[in-house]
Amino acid sequence: MNIQEMILTLQKHWSDQGCLLMQAYDTEKGAGTMSPMTLLRSLGPEPWNVAYVEPSRRPADGRYGKNPNRLYQHHQFQVIMKPSPDNIQELYLDSLKALGIDPDQHDIRFVEDNWENPTLGAAGLGWEVWLDGMEITQFTYFQQIGGLEARPVSAEITYGLERLASYIQDKENVFDLEWTNGVTVGDIFAQPEYEHSVYTFEASNDEMLFDLFTTYEAEAKQIMEKGLVFPAYDYVLKCSHTFNLLDAKGVISVTERTGYISRVRNLARSIAKTYVEERERLGFPMLQEGESRHD
Amino acid sequence: MTNTILFELGLEELPARFIDDAEKQLAENTKTWLEEQRIPYQSIKSYSTPRRLAVQIFGVESKQPDIEEEAKGPAKKIALTDSGEWSKAAAGFTKGQGKSVEDIYFKEIKGVEYVHITKYIKGKDTSVLLQSFKDVFLGLNFPKNMRWGDFNLRYVRPIRWITAFYGDEVIPLEIENVQSSNETYGHRFLGTHTTLKHADSYEEALKQQNVIADKNERKEKILSQLKRMEAEKGWKVLADDSLLNEVTHLVEYPTVFSGSFSEEFLEIPEEVLITSMKEHQRYFPVQSTDGKLLPCFIAVRNGGEAYLDTVSKGNEKVLKARLADAQFFYHEDQKGSIEQKLQKLNRMVYQVELGTLADKVDRIKTISEHLCDDLEAKVNKAKAIRAAEISKFDLVTHMVDEFSELQGVMGEKYAKLFGEDTEVAQAVREHYMPRQSNGELPESEIGSVVSVADKLDTIIGSIAIGKLPTGSQDPYGLRRQALGILQILKSRNWNVSVEALINNVIEMYIERKLPTVSKEQLVRDTQDFFISRANFLLKDEGIAPDVVKAVLSRGIQQFTLTLSKAELLSVKRNDPEFKRVHEALGRVLNLAEKADNTSVNTELFENESERNLFEAYSKVHNRFVEEYKEGRLEAAIEQLAEMAEPIHSFFDQTMVMAEDEAVRTNRLALLRNIADDTFLFADLNEVEWKQQY
Repeated sequence: MNIQEMILTLQKHWSDQGCLLMQAYDTEKGAGTMSPMTLLRSLGPEPWNVAYVEPSRRPADGRYGKNPNRLYQHHQFQVIMKPSPDNIQELYLDSLKALGIDPDQHDIRFVEDNWENPTLGAAGLGWEVWLDGMEITQFTYFQQIGGLEARPVSAEITYGLERLASYIQDKENVFDLEWTNGVTVGDIFAQPEYEHSVYTFEASNDEMLFDLFTTYEAEAKQIMEKGLVFPAYDYVLKCSHTFNLLDAKGVISVTERTGYISRVRNLARSIAKTYVEERERLGFPMLQEGESRHD
Repeated sequence: MTNTILFELGLEELPARFIDDAEKQLAENTKTWLEEQRIPYQSIKSYSTPRRLAVQIFGVESKQPDIEEEAKGPAKKIALTDSGEWSKAAAGFTKGQGKSVEDIYFKEIKGVEYVHITKYIKGKDTSVLLQSFKDVFLGLNFPKNMRWGDFNLRYVRPIRWITAFYGDEVIPLEIENVQSSNETYGHRFLGTHTTLKHADSYEEALKQQNVIADKNERKEKILSQLKRMEAEKGWKVLADDSLLNEVTHLVEYPTVFSGSFSEEFLEIPEEVLITSMKEHQRYFPVQSTDGKLLPCFIAVRNGGEAYLDTVSKGNEKVLKARLADAQFFYHEDQKGSIEQKLQKLNRMVYQVELGTLADKVDRIKTISEHLCDDLEAKVNKAKAIRAAEISKFDLVTHMVDEFSELQGVMGEKYAKLFGEDTEVAQAVREHYMPRQSNGELPESEIGSVVSVADKLDTIIGSIAIGKLPTGSQDPYGLRRQALGILQILKSRNWNVSVEALINNVIEMYIERKLPTVSKEQLVRDTQDFFISRANFLLKDEGIAPDVVKAVLSRGIQQFTLTLSKAELLSVKRNDPEFKRVHEALGRVLNLAEKADNTSVNTELFENESERNLFEAYSKVHNRFVEEYKEGRLEAAIEQLAEMAEPIHSFFDQTMVMAEDEAVRTNRLALLRNIADDTFLFADLNEVEWKQQY
């Protein structure tokens, strides 16, 4: 099964479970969790079920396209179900079956792994899912987002698409994976991997990036004061990516580093709070009648 | 008639590390519950798998026994009116107890007669009491709890089913949206849900569904398969108990299989291979019978024999990717020089307030230097300083970045490859020791020096920035590290005072203008922190609390000496002959507190007993100090003992608190001199003399 078919299969599977199929979010980010479709929507009492592919950029993992396992940008298939349904584990295992992974022929385990992202004031409990010893999915029950308690609780399922594909297609090098028949990951991504690595580690303009961070941060604050949560959050994402670029290049001194992280965290926290306030002001429009609301 | 109770809680996969303790609590809480409910039973059996916690209670009686209970009411004179009728108080009491005044009898308590009645309480049916049994499960303590869905309950993992039986009857109860039923669930992939007919059939029914609910049985099954494989292949499996336990808690139906990796990876240090296999993949590494690590591993699958080849191949692939990374790191790390790697420590933050790792290393170096000076010729100072200098260089290697538990271990290996002296390299590894409470201590002298220096800096730095451990919160393991220092001092028999060590480091912090709480507070908090550890360690050595208090009254000082004093006092406190000595010195200690100086003027003596005591002290003092300094404690205490009789006669014949101020001050000064020697040894007044003389 090529990656394209995997995506189609997962989309069909989760669409059948009532998930909205969304598209990748158009601002650079390090993980599917950081899309507002997850980070903001998992806040507050409104139900929310969604699935999407998220290209995730991790500048520090760039290896000029030379490392068989590491990428500047990899792809996550992200699922959020809020509140987490009782049969969420079974739904997940069914998705593996849909991908042609018969649990009877493998060893599938849920191994404790608690997730924490201090930058976003977020934490959850759950597992990494092992397929014959390989971690293929991160499975998390959100407990806290943006410093706020997550209620109801969302279940987050994050498939590492390249990881999973390397198992399904039995390939050792990520660049040999078939995206679709006759076209490999290498065909599509080798050049951008190389160029982004050169950019990240050699060619980027540090001064401009430092300026951008400050500019984005100021803009985020400015719009947040007007209660414009989504545009403000876009600027937080830009801050975060700019920071990742600077950090990967090693131009942020140790003392500055903590400072930058806490600046992003403060932004994320106040956005989380404002988001819930704004949704409340709108009367939590996606809350169906008779559903409870916890304070 | 007796019956069996079964209660099973079905959960999403529990963290393996919680399960042992949870099952233990479950068995204990069940026992407590049965006792509180007064339900007679024969035995309890508990079960655990990653997906369930369960308990069976055998031989449960169908009801509580009936009991008689006596209740005490008002006093007789209140219960009876003047005319001898029952008072309102008496009537009210009996009514409240569900009885009438005819049931009253009197009993005397401390000379007063009181109304009493005897109630017969009929035992309740067990089936009724069972409603509260779910509290046993909900009362389990887990290190981490969570919420799920839209429910209020916080529990270790989401609850998915409840199977509850009393004999062949389902006990109806619910937790959040889950109702108890007669159904349980088998193995996730090799089983299905199944209906139980009776509480007794639990274990067998689960076996039918490929779940071995008894963890000991699962563990045995893994062990016997490991043994069979060892015999078949001529291997020796490195099966340590903690990995075996963890694996037992990761599977409901274990099947052992083996895999291999390319021999080219054997060039990677064994520790790396073993960590990759054990810590990251939960595999058992394998040795040949003569103890050589083989390019093979054993793993345990949660399932049966079917498609075992696929599972094995998948695991091999994962391990190969990990080892390929490790091999790459190993080669990369050998490029450049140690000096280049040390440069990078300038960019790694240690604690924001305390600077970079390079700053910390510089402090470790200074402390090591001081320590070597204190220890004089015992240590090779140049080597110790070099070891301190490069103690943290491996933190910038790829390997330690990936396998943080190998810090120090890789340091030694790389240091040797970079041509460092073997002892220096060894000290780089050893300075992290003891790695856990009561773990192995550094073998070498210089490893001990750097270890003590590193730990002192960590502890004092943390206290300086206000991160003193509180309660169960000790994220940096400072208590373990302080204990480590004392254990090293003890095992090395080093002649250094803990207080002096602490003060030197604090002086360095002040000199370097590092941020700190006030110096006074830093000194006090650090000393108190170490004293509390010394206290712990001495008690752990079997020293009685009063003796511990006595020897720590003036600080820890030289820890080995303090320990020897404690041991000596532990003997002396049982020695009848020591009684007079103790009494004498104890009286001195009490009075000497009133003294404000130590200068004695023999001209002011008024009687013989004063002169005798002063003479005895003058004779003994220097000898005492000398013996004490040489660590000959028996001899030292004998010197003190020589003053016992003169002290007694002094107190018999001399009025210390004389009217004349000069005479009084002079007498107190004499006592103060004796007390100072005694205190140097211990605060003898803290010792509870065990023997009744």
